[in-house]
Amino acid sequence: MNFSFLKKLRVVLAIFFLVLLALLFIDFRKSFSKEFYLWSVSLQFVPAMLKAYFVPGVAILSITFILLLTLFFGRVYCSVLCPLGILQDVISWISGKSKKKRRYKYHKAWTIGRYILLTIVISPLLFGSVTMVTLLDPYSLFGRISTTLFKPVAVVLNNILAAGFAKADVYNWLYRYDMIAVYPAILIITTLFLAGIGYTSFTRGRLYCNTICPVGTFLGLISRFAIFKIKISKQDCTHCGRCARACKAECIEVKSQTIDYSRCVACFNCLTVCSDKAMTYNPKSLKPFVMAEGTGPKAAHKKVASPPDSSKRKFLVTSLVGIAALYGFKAPDSIPGDKKPKLIVPKPKGESTVPEVKTSAVSPPGSRSVERFNKICTGCSLCVSACPTKVLQPSFLQYGMIGMMQPHMDYHKGLCEFDCTLCSDVCPTGAIVPITMDAKHLLQIGQVHFEKKNCIVEVEKTDCGACSEHCPTKAVHMIPYGKLFIPEVDQKICVGCGACEYACPTTPFKAIYVNGNPIHLAAEKPKTEKAKNALKEGEFPF
Amino acid sequence: MERRKFITSGIGAGLATGAAITFGGIDNLIAGNAALPYDLIAVRGGEPDVMFDKGIEALGGMSQFVKPGQKVVIKPNIGWDRVPERGANTNPVLVKRIVEQCLKAGAKEVFVFDHTCHEWTKCYKNSGIEAAVVAAGGKMVPGDSERYYQKVNFSGGSKLKEMKVHELIMNSDVFINVPILKHHSSSKISICMKNMMGCVWDRGFWHKNDLHQCIADFLHYKKPHLNVVDAYYVLKQNGPMGVSLDDVITMKSLILSRDIVAADSAATKFFGKDPADINHIQMASAAGLGIMDLSKININRINL
Repeated sequence: MNFSFLKKLRVVLAIFFLVLLALLFIDFRKSFSKEFYLWSVSLQFVPAMLKAYFVPGVAILSITFILLLTLFFGRVYCSVLCPLGILQDVISWISGKSKKKRRYKYHKAWTIGRYILLTIVISPLLFGSVTMVTLLDPYSLFGRISTTLFKPVAVVLNNILAAGFAKADVYNWLYRYDMIAVYPAILIITTLFLAGIGYTSFTRGRLYCNTICPVGTFLGLISRFAIFKIKISKQDCTHCGRCARACKAECIEVKSQTIDYSRCVACFNCLTVCSDKAMTYNPKSLKPFVMAEGTGPKAAHKKVASPPDSSKRKFLVTSLVGIAALYGFKAPDSIPGDKKPKLIVPKPKGESTVPEVKTSAVSPPGSRSVERFNKICTGCSLCVSACPTKVLQPSFLQYGMIGMMQPHMDYHKGLCEFDCTLCSDVCPTGAIVPITMDAKHLLQIGQVHFEKKNCIVEVEKTDCGACSEHCPTKAVHMIPYGKLFIPEVDQKICVGCGACEYACPTTPFKAIYVNGNPIHLAAEKPKTEKAKNALKEGEFPF
Repeated sequence: MERRKFITSGIGAGLATGAAITFGGIDNLIAGNAALPYDLIAVRGGEPDVMFDKGIEALGGMSQFVKPGQKVVIKPNIGWDRVPERGANTNPVLVKRIVEQCLKAGAKEVFVFDHTCHEWTKCYKNSGIEAAVVAAGGKMVPGDSERYYQKVNFSGGSKLKEMKVHELIMNSDVFINVPILKHHSSSKISICMKNMMGCVWDRGFWHKNDLHQCIADFLHYKKPHLNVVDAYYVLKQNGPMGVSLDDVITMKSLILSRDIVAADSAATKFFGKDPADINHIQMASAAGLGIMDLSKININRINL
């Protein structure tokens, strides 16, 4: 039987999922519906697992599907569904096309390291910390890489084209878009990850997936027992080694004619290159495995597996230690809820003088509480990408070290629109639970605070009122102040949307700002009176 | 009868003004004002499009403002993600009719934009204005990126001397201002002059540097050729976006004028306030940018 169709099928599906997921994160034109978002990410392992646990529903089917898929066919997930895996395949493919053609060779599995790492990632989950998963989950990594690094490239290209069209008075196809700069630390971390994964995939194929990736290691535990497996026929194999050189998982040992199924990502490249028709992909036979080493004339072709590369190993150990150290950095007193105001910007002369006192970051509407959000969100940044007002931004230390890269409401960058629930609709992990529009209108994610000493009306003695202008409930309203009008706040009806903070023109400190509610509360409904028309029908007041 | 006579005699005067615009350039537009019979048209009791047809007819027709081949920019208020009944954005029926009239008068292209406060695509869509403009043959233009705004320097203003304005305001031949009359928490009332804030990028600067003065100062840079105030739905309280439908009354009125200060003054009276109490109207009038005193201008009142 010719198995080469399997690789073709794999490539077509992989390209489909890579393009689909990349578009989700790169899109800045709000092209997709919430259903499209949900379906597109529904087969991602870590989000589906978290959602199945925290917000049980369809996600249970997703996770069952992925586990059964692996049990039947091996780690097909890694080759077809995982966007980071496919991205690595693209890099490996480019590497293979390069002048100095790269060939893979068999390496022993780094078994102990893999399982220690998996333990390090999983065990904090038991104590309610998702931090290590956030850092290493391949889907979330891909999301951050796409949003932080790929999206800007797309936006720059778009803006160049849009500017050209605008010159010709054509405005209806493309429009220009302003990006929000992410924190340098986030940019650096994401770039380092891409550089690291880019390097390992360029030189060693799926090394990341088979050493560091928690999903890869976990699915590897199942794929050992997969029903469909690639097998080498001892009779037909000539030890030519083509399969091993084509294996980007570096898991085929020609000497012993064996395959390490915990590392095989079911890419089917070996099936395509085997000229002896010695490789098959069939259901498990019930016969016991013959593990004896090949002997006879064919043994002459035997290749000696090269010893593990010690420098690369050192690199891995160092990065592992580094990551562990980063995790250890999570000091308990940096958890939100402490009373220390965070002052980042120094005060220039002639600007507002009183620092904003924020004791808690604002987590997105639908996350219920900061603690709950920190426990579930893997920082994939899908909500950041979908957010129409750019108010959702990856955090740096707003939640403390524990929540780095999880999005927070950045009211210096945008406001949360009253009539929008998109982040809660698209969240794949359940960190943000879907809420209805009516619920959103009465949900208080933070409370407004007014600092008169910073206010334009007080300092400059001129009218301003930008805060009240943007307030959807008039929790911020204007009251007489001599000949002027000054803001007054009513925290009971404040929803914490941050419109006032965003609109407030004072710098560096705002005169009005929202302090997060660690646990989201209910806001009261604003009371309104029916407006009266003093003018009679047909009457002119002049 | 009187009114008809005025209109007939107005056509000749209108032609003269048209010639003045053509030969004397846009800046001389205000000088040509005196030749017109009416300084301000106030219409009551009709649908927005019907009131506009009557009003523009009383001003001598759209051809007074738009010449064949010209590029027109219409600046409604599309600031908020609100449906028309909430009275936060200009009525789409009115905007549609203005676009149609401009194209009928021979405009080469009609552009519509606003620098919105809420997310712009939602504002354009839910205000109904995008659909109305496209149906009428006009073009919606984004105003959401700083890249669409260019720096201009100008003299005359006391606080505002430079700003970044939308490229369409700079490059179009005809500039039509179509605000909605509403309450406003910052500027007390939002009509024609306040609507100009949607032409600039950095509104925070205005808020920081004497809001009322900056609103008046903008007119030293440019005045719209025609102001059309939508007072069909009027947001009487909790402006500029409103909290609920309770804030809105149905007034079914429309004001048209070349004089932006006069239009604001008349609209303020419709709203039930004294224009002299609104600082920016007072300031613009004092600076000679238009006439606030309605007893000094010729008004045509039309009841449908």
